[in-house]
Amino acid sequence: MTTLYTWSAIAAIVLASVIGDVLLARAMKQVGDVGALRRTAGLGVVIGHTLSNTNFLLGVTAMAVAFFSLLFALSWGDVSLVAPAAASLTFIGNAVAAKIFLHEKVDRRRWIAAVLVATGVALLAG
Amino acid sequence: MTFRKYLVLAGVTIFAAAGDSMLSHGMKQIGSISLHHLPSVVLAILNPWVACGILLLLAFFAAYMSALSWADLTYVLPATSLGYVLLALVARFVLHEHVSLLRWLGIALISGGVGFVASGPEITTHHRSKPAADAHQSRVAAASGVEG
Repeated sequence: MTTLYTWSAIAAIVLASVIGDVLLARAMKQVGDVGALRRTAGLGVVIGHTLSNTNFLLGVTAMAVAFFSLLFALSWGDVSLVAPAAASLTFIGNAVAAKIFLHEKVDRRRWIAAVLVATGVALLAG
Repeated sequence: MTFRKYLVLAGVTIFAAAGDSMLSHGMKQIGSISLHHLPSVVLAILNPWVACGILLLLAFFAAYMSALSWADLTYVLPATSLGYVLLALVARFVLHEHVSLLRWLGIALISGGVGFVASGPEITTHHRSKPAADAHQSRVAAASGVEG
């Protein structure tokens, strides 16, 4: 039963993280290069633009769901299972989601990288 | 890519690794949380390790948001995975723990993956990069068979 709980929590982490990452990436692209914006308009404007962005707020909400799912997963399962399983599945999920929803050019180089990193993270648990 | 941008990516890596390990240490001290005692999740914040971990993760979040404002999600994410490599190296050379062959293989794979991404452009969407936008549009046009 604990195994089922753990994997359900891992699935919740992955889903919420992917949704959160995509929304946050979209939000920050709308805000624009924060380094350049800070130099021209000041830090207050950067923070104001970010905090008033709807995608940002939705993304943070999704990340909060992912965070609390992580706390649950960590209390039910080993960190050596939860962390790498959630992280490596999130890498693959994000590569797919970034291509579909953010129209990033996920070329062969980035697919290879996503698979290498996901496999490597999973191996670190061994 | 400027030196400053590499510093932001380093911040993403280090803050995430340090924050996650402090959080994990704190949650181990607290122990299992049952579904019937949900408020104890909120009380976890009172643990100093969990509190420090959350502060570091906030710093990670600021660096991560900054990086996402000028780079692709699929470019920034592998940077966070370098944190696992960092943790394994700290375990081996600072804490003198045994790091198995499989873990070294994992470290090699992650490093290789990061190398693959880092050798390419950091942004490919039409928000910033003009050539990438043209490539994207022609790809969409070719896929839909409308023109080009």
